[in-house]
Amino acid sequence: MQTQLVKCTINGKHTETVVDVRASLTDMLRNDYRLTSVKKGCEVGECGACNVLIDGECFNSCIYLAVWADGKNIRTLEGLLGENGELSDIQQAFIDEAAVQCGFCTPGFIMSAIEILESGKLYTRDELRKLLSGHLCRCTGYENILNAVEKTMKRRLGIEV
Amino acid sequence: MYDMKALYEATSVQHAIELLKEHPEAKIIAGGSDVLIQMREGRLAGIELVSIYKIDELRGISMDDDGTLRIRPLTSFSHITRDPLIQKHINVLGEAVDKVGGPQIRNIGTIGGNTCNGVTSADSASTLHAWDAIMEITGENGVRRLPIREFYVGPGRVALAHDELLTSILIRKESYEGYLGHYIKYAMRNAMDIATTGCSVNCKLSADKKVFEDVRIAYGVAGPVPMRTPSAEAAIRGKEVSMENIEAFAKAALQDVNPRTSWRASKEFRLQLVEELAKRALIECVKLSGGTI
Repeated sequence: MQTQLVKCTINGKHTETVVDVRASLTDMLRNDYRLTSVKKGCEVGECGACNVLIDGECFNSCIYLAVWADGKNIRTLEGLLGENGELSDIQQAFIDEAAVQCGFCTPGFIMSAIEILESGKLYTRDELRKLLSGHLCRCTGYENILNAVEKTMKRRLGIEV
Repeated sequence: MYDMKALYEATSVQHAIELLKEHPEAKIIAGGSDVLIQMREGRLAGIELVSIYKIDELRGISMDDDGTLRIRPLTSFSHITRDPLIQKHINVLGEAVDKVGGPQIRNIGTIGGNTCNGVTSADSASTLHAWDAIMEITGENGVRRLPIREFYVGPGRVALAHDELLTSILIRKESYEGYLGHYIKYAMRNAMDIATTGCSVNCKLSADKKVFEDVRIAYGVAGPVPMRTPSAEAAIRGKEVSMENIEAFAKAALQDVNPRTSWRASKEFRLQLVEELAKRALIECVKLSGGTI
Protein backbone atom coordinates (compact mmCIF):
# COMPACT_ATOMS: atom_id res chain seq x y z
CA MET A 1 0.00 0.00 0.00
CA GLN A 2 1.38 3.37 -1.06
CA THR A 3 0.90 6.06 1.58
CA GLN A 4 1.67 9.73 1.93
CA LEU A 5 1.74 12.27 4.75
CA VAL A 6 -0.92 14.97 4.36
CA LYS A 7 -0.60 18.14 6.44
CA CYS A 8 -3.49 20.53 6.20
CA THR A 9 -5.75 22.84 8.16
CA ILE A 10 -9.21 21.45 8.82
CA ASN A 11 -11.82 23.75 10.35
CA GLY A 12 -9.08 26.00 11.69
CA LYS A 13 -6.91 23.27 13.20
CA HIS A 14 -3.54 22.15 11.87
CA THR A 15 -3.65 18.43 11.31
CA GLU A 16 -1.56 15.72 9.78
CA THR A 17 -2.23 12.14 8.92
CA VAL A 18 -0.82 9.44 6.70
CA VAL A 19 -3.27 8.47 3.97
CA ASP A 20 -3.53 5.74 1.39
CA VAL A 21 -2.87 7.46 -1.96
CA ARG A 22 -6.00 5.78 -3.33
CA ALA A 23 -8.21 7.67 -0.85
CA SER A 24 -10.50 10.49 -1.87
CA LEU A 25 -10.72 13.57 0.31
CA THR A 26 -14.17 12.31 1.36
CA ASP A 27 -12.53 9.10 2.60
CA MET A 28 -9.93 11.06 4.58
CA LEU A 29 -12.38 13.51 6.15
CA ARG A 30 -14.84 10.78 7.17
CA ASN A 31 -12.48 7.99 8.16
CA ASP A 32 -9.49 9.83 9.61
CA TYR A 33 -11.25 12.87 11.07
CA ARG A 34 -14.81 11.57 11.63
CA LEU A 35 -16.27 14.58 9.82
CA THR A 36 -19.43 12.78 8.83
CA SER A 37 -21.24 15.85 7.50
CA VAL A 38 -19.23 15.05 4.36
CA LYS A 39 -21.61 12.57 2.74
CA LYS A 40 -20.90 9.83 0.28
CA GLY A 41 -23.61 10.31 -2.31
CA CYS A 42 -23.01 9.63 -5.98
CA GLU A 43 -19.20 9.57 -5.66
CA VAL A 44 -18.85 10.84 -9.22
CA GLY A 45 -19.10 14.57 -8.62
CA GLU A 46 -22.73 14.99 -9.60
CA CYS A 47 -24.78 15.30 -6.41
CA GLY A 48 -22.72 17.70 -4.27
CA ALA A 49 -23.34 15.85 -0.99
CA CYS A 50 -19.58 15.68 -0.30
CA ASN A 51 -18.97 19.37 -1.00
CA VAL A 52 -16.36 21.13 1.16
CA LEU A 53 -14.48 24.41 0.97
CA ILE A 54 -10.83 24.21 -0.04
CA ASP A 55 -8.98 27.53 0.19
CA GLY A 56 -12.35 29.28 -0.01
CA GLU A 57 -13.74 27.49 -3.09
CA CYS A 58 -16.26 24.64 -3.23
CA PHE A 59 -15.10 21.21 -4.31
CA ASN A 60 -16.76 17.82 -4.45
CA SER A 61 -14.41 15.96 -2.11
CA CYS A 62 -15.37 12.60 -3.65
CA ILE A 63 -13.44 13.48 -6.82
CA TYR A 64 -10.50 15.12 -5.08
CA LEU A 65 -7.56 12.96 -4.08
CA ALA A 66 -6.78 13.10 -0.36
CA VAL A 67 -3.08 13.66 -1.09
CA TRP A 68 -3.94 16.88 -2.94
CA ALA A 69 -5.20 18.33 0.37
CA ASP A 70 -1.61 18.72 1.56
CA GLY A 71 -1.04 22.38 2.43
CA LYS A 72 -4.68 23.32 1.95
CA ASN A 73 -7.22 25.00 4.22
CA ILE A 74 -10.33 22.81 4.36
CA ARG A 75 -13.68 23.67 5.89
CA THR A 76 -16.61 21.37 6.49
CA LEU A 77 -20.04 21.92 8.02
CA GLU A 78 -18.67 21.00 11.48
CA GLY A 79 -16.54 24.15 11.35
CA LEU A 80 -19.62 26.38 11.24
CA LEU A 81 -20.73 25.61 14.80
CA GLY A 82 -20.10 28.12 17.57
CA GLU A 83 -17.85 27.16 20.50
CA ASN A 84 -20.76 25.76 22.47
CA GLY A 85 -22.25 24.02 19.48
CA GLU A 86 -24.51 26.89 18.44
CA LEU A 87 -25.86 26.76 14.91
CA SER A 88 -24.72 29.38 12.43
CA ASP A 89 -27.24 31.72 10.78
CA ILE A 90 -27.37 29.72 7.57
CA GLN A 91 -27.99 26.44 9.42
CA GLN A 92 -30.77 28.07 11.44
CA ALA A 93 -32.27 29.47 8.24
CA PHE A 94 -32.40 25.97 6.73
CA ILE A 95 -34.42 24.86 9.76
CA ASP A 96 -36.67 27.94 9.77
CA GLU A 97 -37.44 27.63 6.08
CA ALA A 98 -38.04 23.87 6.22
CA ALA A 99 -35.18 23.48 3.74
CA VAL A 100 -34.23 20.16 5.35
CA GLN A 101 -36.17 16.97 4.89
CA CYS A 102 -34.04 13.82 4.86
CA GLY A 103 -30.96 16.03 5.36
CA PHE A 104 -28.51 14.11 3.21
CA CYS A 105 -27.87 16.96 0.78
CA THR A 106 -27.96 19.68 3.45
CA PRO A 107 -24.26 19.92 4.49
CA GLY A 108 -23.18 20.16 0.85
CA PHE A 109 -25.75 22.85 0.09
CA ILE A 110 -24.76 24.81 3.20
CA MET A 111 -21.07 24.79 2.27
CA SER A 112 -21.94 26.18 -1.17
CA ALA A 113 -24.09 28.76 0.62
CA ILE A 114 -21.05 29.71 2.72
CA GLU A 115 -19.02 30.47 -0.43
CA ILE A 116 -21.96 32.57 -1.69
CA LEU A 117 -22.44 34.41 1.63
CA GLU A 118 -18.75 35.08 2.19
CA SER A 119 -18.42 36.68 -1.25
CA GLY A 120 -20.38 39.59 0.28
CA LYS A 121 -22.31 39.99 -2.97
CA LEU A 122 -26.03 40.37 -3.50
CA TYR A 123 -27.21 37.81 -6.04
CA THR A 124 -30.53 37.56 -7.84
CA ARG A 125 -32.70 34.49 -7.43
CA ASP A 126 -31.57 33.24 -10.86
CA GLU A 127 -27.92 33.71 -9.97
CA LEU A 128 -28.46 31.79 -6.73
CA ARG A 129 -30.07 28.96 -8.70
CA LYS A 130 -26.98 28.73 -10.86
CA LEU A 131 -24.60 28.95 -7.87
CA LEU A 132 -26.47 26.09 -6.17
CA SER A 133 -26.91 24.00 -9.30
CA GLY A 134 -24.13 21.58 -8.36
CA HIS A 135 -26.36 19.95 -5.73
CA LEU A 136 -29.17 17.46 -5.98
CA CYS A 137 -32.00 17.34 -3.44
CA ARG A 138 -34.61 14.62 -3.91
CA CYS A 139 -36.97 15.86 -1.14
CA THR A 140 -37.53 19.58 -1.05
CA GLY A 141 -38.00 20.77 -4.61
CA TYR A 142 -35.28 23.38 -3.94
CA GLU A 143 -37.57 26.35 -3.27
CA ASN A 144 -37.10 26.32 0.50
CA ILE A 145 -33.35 25.90 0.10
CA LEU A 146 -33.26 28.95 -2.17
CA ASN A 147 -35.39 30.85 0.37
CA ALA A 148 -32.98 29.99 3.19
CA VAL A 149 -29.91 31.08 1.24
CA GLU A 150 -31.54 34.21 -0.14
CA LYS A 151 -32.84 35.35 3.24
CA THR A 152 -29.51 34.74 4.98
CA MET A 153 -27.67 36.58 2.18
CA LYS A 154 -29.98 39.58 2.56
CA ARG A 155 -29.78 39.57 6.36
CA ARG A 156 -25.99 39.54 6.25
CA LEU A 157 -26.07 42.47 3.84
CA GLY A 158 -28.43 44.39 6.10
CA ILE A 159 -31.34 44.16 3.66
CA GLU A 160 -34.80 43.70 5.10
CA VAL A 161 -36.43 40.33 4.30
CA MET B 1 -10.77 4.24 -2.46
CA TYR B 2 -9.83 4.50 -6.08
CA ASP B 3 -8.57 1.43 -7.83
CA MET B 4 -5.04 2.50 -8.75
CA LYS B 5 -1.69 0.76 -8.73
CA ALA B 6 0.41 3.81 -7.97
CA LEU B 7 0.28 7.59 -7.87
CA TYR B 8 3.29 9.67 -8.86
CA GLU B 9 3.07 13.33 -7.88
CA ALA B 10 4.95 15.57 -10.29
CA THR B 11 6.48 18.75 -8.88
CA SER B 12 7.42 20.43 -12.19
CA VAL B 13 6.90 20.02 -15.92
CA GLN B 14 10.32 18.39 -16.29
CA HIS B 15 9.57 16.03 -13.39
CA ALA B 16 6.24 15.07 -14.99
CA ILE B 17 7.99 14.25 -18.28
CA GLU B 18 10.56 12.12 -16.42
CA LEU B 19 7.81 10.29 -14.54
CA LEU B 20 5.93 9.61 -17.77
CA LYS B 21 9.10 8.22 -19.36
CA GLU B 22 9.76 6.01 -16.34
CA HIS B 23 6.19 4.72 -16.31
CA PRO B 24 5.10 3.95 -19.87
CA GLU B 25 1.66 2.69 -18.75
CA ALA B 26 0.83 5.72 -16.61
CA LYS B 27 -1.97 8.16 -17.38
CA ILE B 28 -1.90 11.86 -16.57
CA ILE B 29 -4.37 13.18 -14.01
CA ALA B 30 -4.98 16.95 -13.84
CA GLY B 31 -8.15 18.00 -11.97
CA GLY B 32 -9.47 14.46 -12.16
CA SER B 33 -13.10 15.26 -12.97
CA ASP B 34 -12.89 12.89 -15.94
CA VAL B 35 -10.15 10.45 -14.91
CA LEU B 36 -11.48 9.76 -11.39
CA ILE B 37 -14.98 9.21 -12.74
CA GLN B 38 -13.70 6.73 -15.31
CA MET B 39 -11.89 4.98 -12.46
CA ARG B 40 -15.06 4.89 -10.40
CA GLU B 41 -16.80 3.24 -13.33
CA GLY B 42 -14.09 0.58 -13.25
CA ARG B 43 -12.72 1.44 -16.67
CA LEU B 44 -9.12 2.06 -15.58
CA ALA B 45 -8.74 -0.63 -12.93
CA GLY B 46 -5.18 -0.89 -11.58
CA ILE B 47 -3.97 2.20 -13.42
CA GLU B 48 -0.79 4.10 -12.63
CA LEU B 49 -1.31 7.87 -12.44
CA VAL B 50 1.05 10.79 -12.86
CA SER B 51 -0.60 13.68 -11.04
CA ILE B 52 0.19 17.12 -12.42
CA TYR B 53 -2.45 18.86 -10.29
CA LYS B 54 0.06 20.40 -7.88
CA ILE B 55 2.31 21.96 -10.54
CA ASP B 56 1.49 25.62 -9.92
CA GLU B 57 3.65 26.82 -12.85
CA LEU B 58 0.90 25.35 -15.07
CA ARG B 59 -1.77 27.68 -13.59
CA GLY B 60 -2.86 31.15 -14.56
CA ILE B 61 -3.37 33.44 -17.53
CA SER B 62 -0.91 36.03 -18.77
CA MET B 63 -0.01 38.03 -21.84
CA ASP B 64 3.24 37.59 -23.76
CA ASP B 65 5.19 40.65 -24.97
CA ASP B 66 3.72 40.32 -28.48
CA GLY B 67 0.16 40.42 -27.12
CA THR B 68 -0.42 36.66 -27.27
CA LEU B 69 -2.79 35.45 -24.56
CA ARG B 70 -1.27 32.54 -22.68
CA ILE B 71 -3.69 30.26 -20.83
CA ARG B 72 -1.91 27.67 -18.73
CA PRO B 73 -3.60 24.29 -18.82
CA LEU B 74 -4.36 23.77 -15.12
CA THR B 75 -6.35 26.99 -14.90
CA SER B 76 -9.77 25.98 -13.64
CA PHE B 77 -12.93 26.91 -15.53
CA SER B 78 -14.06 29.28 -12.77
CA HIS B 79 -10.72 31.09 -12.79
CA ILE B 80 -10.89 31.50 -16.57
CA THR B 81 -14.36 33.05 -16.29
CA ARG B 82 -13.20 35.50 -13.61
CA ASP B 83 -9.89 36.43 -15.28
CA PRO B 84 -9.65 40.10 -16.36
CA LEU B 85 -7.54 39.31 -19.48
CA ILE B 86 -10.10 36.75 -20.65
CA GLN B 87 -12.98 39.14 -19.95
CA LYS B 88 -11.26 41.87 -21.93
CA HIS B 89 -10.03 39.94 -24.97
CA ILE B 90 -12.00 36.70 -25.33
CA ASN B 91 -14.99 37.00 -23.03
CA VAL B 92 -16.84 34.23 -24.87
CA LEU B 93 -14.31 31.68 -23.60
CA GLY B 94 -15.17 32.61 -20.01
CA GLU B 95 -18.87 32.34 -20.86
CA ALA B 96 -18.41 28.96 -22.56
CA VAL B 97 -16.54 27.34 -19.68
CA ASP B 98 -19.10 28.79 -17.26
CA LYS B 99 -21.54 26.30 -18.81
CA VAL B 100 -19.50 23.22 -17.86
CA GLY B 101 -21.09 20.99 -15.18
CA GLY B 102 -21.87 22.93 -11.99
CA PRO B 103 -19.97 25.30 -9.70
CA GLN B 104 -17.88 22.63 -7.93
CA ILE B 105 -16.94 21.01 -11.25
CA ARG B 106 -15.87 24.40 -12.60
CA ASN B 107 -13.54 24.79 -9.60
CA ILE B 108 -11.76 21.47 -10.19
CA GLY B 109 -12.05 21.05 -13.98
CA THR B 110 -9.15 22.43 -16.02
CA ILE B 111 -9.07 23.74 -19.57
CA GLY B 112 -6.09 21.52 -20.31
CA GLY B 113 -7.99 18.43 -19.24
CA ASN B 114 -11.02 19.55 -21.20
CA THR B 115 -8.97 19.68 -24.43
CA CYS B 116 -6.49 16.82 -23.86
CA ASN B 117 -9.39 14.40 -23.39
CA GLY B 118 -10.08 14.91 -27.07
CA VAL B 119 -13.86 14.76 -26.66
CA THR B 120 -16.09 16.59 -29.10
CA SER B 121 -18.51 17.86 -26.45
CA ALA B 122 -15.93 19.84 -24.43
CA ASP B 123 -17.40 23.30 -23.86
CA SER B 124 -14.03 25.05 -24.23
CA ALA B 125 -13.04 23.28 -27.45
CA SER B 126 -15.36 24.88 -29.97
CA THR B 127 -14.47 28.39 -28.78
CA LEU B 128 -10.74 27.57 -28.86
CA HIS B 129 -11.18 26.28 -32.43
CA ALA B 130 -13.13 29.37 -33.42
CA TRP B 131 -10.34 31.63 -32.12
CA ASP B 132 -7.47 29.72 -33.81
CA ALA B 133 -5.91 28.58 -30.55
CA ILE B 134 -2.39 27.20 -30.64
CA MET B 135 -1.43 24.35 -28.37
CA GLU B 136 2.04 24.59 -26.86
CA ILE B 137 3.37 21.15 -26.04
CA THR B 138 6.46 20.37 -23.97
CA GLY B 139 8.44 17.15 -24.22
CA GLU B 140 11.96 16.07 -23.39
CA ASN B 141 13.26 17.65 -26.62
CA GLY B 142 11.70 21.02 -25.95
CA VAL B 143 8.60 22.91 -26.92
CA ARG B 144 6.50 22.61 -30.08
CA ARG B 145 3.38 24.41 -31.20
CA LEU B 146 0.41 22.99 -33.02
CA PRO B 147 -2.80 24.63 -34.28
CA ILE B 148 -5.73 23.22 -32.31
CA ARG B 149 -7.21 21.72 -35.50
CA GLU B 150 -4.17 19.47 -35.83
CA PHE B 151 -4.17 18.72 -32.09
CA TYR B 152 -7.44 16.77 -32.33
CA VAL B 153 -6.64 13.49 -34.08
CA GLY B 154 -9.86 11.53 -33.49
CA PRO B 155 -12.50 10.87 -30.84
CA GLY B 156 -10.67 10.87 -27.50
CA ARG B 157 -7.30 11.17 -29.21
CA VAL B 158 -4.99 14.20 -29.38
CA ALA B 159 -1.51 14.71 -30.83
CA LEU B 160 0.36 14.26 -27.56
CA ALA B 161 3.08 11.65 -27.23
CA HIS B 162 3.04 9.64 -24.01
CA ASP B 163 5.80 11.74 -22.45
CA GLU B 164 4.55 15.14 -23.59
CA LEU B 165 2.43 17.69 -21.73
CA LEU B 166 0.22 20.48 -22.94
CA THR B 167 1.88 23.48 -21.25
CA SER B 168 -0.03 26.46 -22.69
CA ILE B 169 -2.97 27.36 -24.88
CA LEU B 170 -2.13 30.46 -26.92
CA ILE B 171 -4.45 32.95 -28.61
CA ARG B 172 -2.48 35.32 -30.84
CA LYS B 173 -3.28 39.02 -30.96
CA GLU B 174 -4.41 38.86 -34.60
CA SER B 175 -6.82 36.08 -33.60
CA TYR B 176 -8.62 38.10 -30.93
CA GLU B 177 -8.17 41.78 -31.80
CA GLY B 178 -11.42 43.27 -33.10
CA TYR B 179 -13.45 40.05 -32.69
CA LEU B 180 -16.43 39.46 -30.43
CA GLY B 181 -18.01 36.07 -29.95
CA HIS B 182 -20.95 34.15 -28.58
CA TYR B 183 -21.29 30.50 -27.51
CA ILE B 184 -24.50 28.52 -27.31
CA LYS B 185 -24.60 25.22 -25.48
CA TYR B 186 -27.70 23.24 -26.29
CA ALA B 187 -28.34 20.67 -23.58
CA MET B 188 -31.30 19.06 -21.85
CA ARG B 189 -30.58 20.72 -18.49
CA ASN B 190 -29.16 24.13 -17.60
CA ALA B 191 -26.54 22.57 -15.29
CA MET B 192 -24.69 19.28 -14.86
CA ASP B 193 -25.20 18.27 -18.46
CA ILE B 194 -23.13 17.59 -21.55
CA ALA B 195 -23.82 19.53 -24.74
CA THR B 196 -26.16 17.91 -27.26
CA THR B 197 -24.43 20.30 -29.65
CA GLY B 198 -22.45 23.46 -28.95
CA CYS B 199 -21.72 26.33 -31.32
CA SER B 200 -19.18 29.13 -30.93
CA VAL B 201 -19.24 32.04 -33.37
CA ASN B 202 -17.25 35.27 -33.52
CA CYS B 203 -17.09 38.09 -36.00
CA LYS B 204 -15.28 41.27 -36.92
CA LEU B 205 -17.48 43.93 -38.50
CA SER B 206 -16.38 46.82 -40.72
CA ALA B 207 -16.07 50.26 -39.10
CA ASP B 208 -19.59 51.22 -40.21
CA LYS B 209 -20.94 47.89 -38.85
CA LYS B 210 -22.48 47.05 -42.23
CA VAL B 211 -20.13 44.33 -43.49
CA PHE B 212 -18.80 41.06 -42.05
CA GLU B 213 -15.03 41.48 -42.44
CA ASP B 214 -14.55 38.05 -40.92
CA VAL B 215 -16.66 35.37 -39.26
CA ARG B 216 -15.35 32.23 -37.59
CA ILE B 217 -17.50 29.35 -36.39
CA ALA B 218 -16.84 26.05 -34.65
CA TYR B 219 -18.96 23.27 -33.22
CA GLY B 220 -18.82 20.63 -30.56
CA VAL B 221 -20.75 17.38 -31.20
CA ALA B 222 -21.28 18.11 -34.89
CA GLY B 223 -18.75 15.43 -35.75
CA PRO B 224 -16.27 13.08 -34.04
CA VAL B 225 -14.06 15.99 -32.95
CA PRO B 226 -14.69 19.72 -32.45
CA MET B 227 -14.65 21.37 -35.88
CA ARG B 228 -14.72 24.59 -37.86
CA THR B 229 -17.11 24.86 -40.82
CA PRO B 230 -15.10 26.59 -43.58
CA SER B 231 -18.02 26.58 -46.05
CA ALA B 232 -20.08 28.72 -43.69
CA GLU B 233 -17.17 31.10 -43.10
CA ALA B 234 -16.52 31.46 -46.86
CA ALA B 235 -20.21 32.07 -47.49
CA ILE B 236 -20.34 35.17 -45.31
CA ARG B 237 -16.88 36.71 -45.31
CA GLY B 238 -17.03 40.16 -46.91
CA LYS B 239 -20.82 40.10 -47.16
CA GLU B 240 -23.15 42.75 -45.86
CA VAL B 241 -24.85 42.32 -42.49
CA SER B 242 -28.33 41.03 -43.32
CA MET B 243 -30.67 38.30 -42.20
CA GLU B 244 -30.52 36.73 -45.65
CA ASN B 245 -26.73 36.39 -45.48
CA ILE B 246 -26.88 35.02 -41.95
CA GLU B 247 -29.37 32.38 -43.06
CA ALA B 248 -27.17 31.39 -45.99
CA PHE B 249 -24.22 31.16 -43.62
CA ALA B 250 -26.11 28.85 -41.27
CA LYS B 251 -27.20 26.61 -44.17
CA ALA B 252 -23.65 26.42 -45.50
CA ALA B 253 -22.47 25.05 -42.14
CA LEU B 254 -24.43 21.88 -42.93
CA GLN B 255 -22.00 21.05 -45.76
CA ASP B 256 -19.10 20.50 -43.37
CA VAL B 257 -20.60 18.77 -40.34
CA ASN B 258 -21.03 15.09 -39.70
CA PRO B 259 -23.08 14.50 -36.55
CA ARG B 260 -24.25 11.06 -35.52
CA THR B 261 -27.18 9.66 -33.65
CA SER B 262 -26.45 8.94 -29.98
CA TRP B 263 -28.66 8.32 -26.97
CA ARG B 264 -28.61 12.08 -26.36
CA ALA B 265 -30.04 13.11 -29.72
CA SER B 266 -30.59 11.98 -33.29
CA LYS B 267 -28.44 13.01 -36.21
CA GLU B 268 -31.43 14.85 -37.69
CA PHE B 269 -31.95 16.87 -34.52
CA ARG B 270 -28.27 17.75 -34.38
CA LEU B 271 -28.38 18.94 -38.01
CA GLN B 272 -31.30 21.16 -37.07
CA LEU B 273 -29.22 22.52 -34.17
CA VAL B 274 -26.18 23.12 -36.40
CA GLU B 275 -28.19 25.47 -38.60
CA GLU B 276 -30.25 27.13 -35.89
CA LEU B 277 -27.40 27.71 -33.41
CA ALA B 278 -25.17 29.22 -36.12
CA LYS B 279 -27.89 31.71 -36.94
CA ARG B 280 -28.68 32.63 -33.33
CA ALA B 281 -25.02 32.90 -32.32
CA LEU B 282 -24.09 35.12 -35.26
CA ILE B 283 -27.07 37.42 -34.63
CA GLU B 284 -25.83 37.76 -31.05
CA CYS B 285 -22.30 38.54 -32.30
CA VAL B 286 -23.64 41.30 -34.55
CA LYS B 287 -25.45 42.84 -31.59
CA LEU B 288 -22.36 42.56 -29.37
CA SER B 289 -20.33 44.29 -32.09
CA GLY B 290 -22.71 47.23 -32.24
CA GLY B 291 -24.39 46.24 -35.51
CA THR B 292 -28.12 45.93 -36.11
CA ILE B 293 -30.07 43.08 -37.59
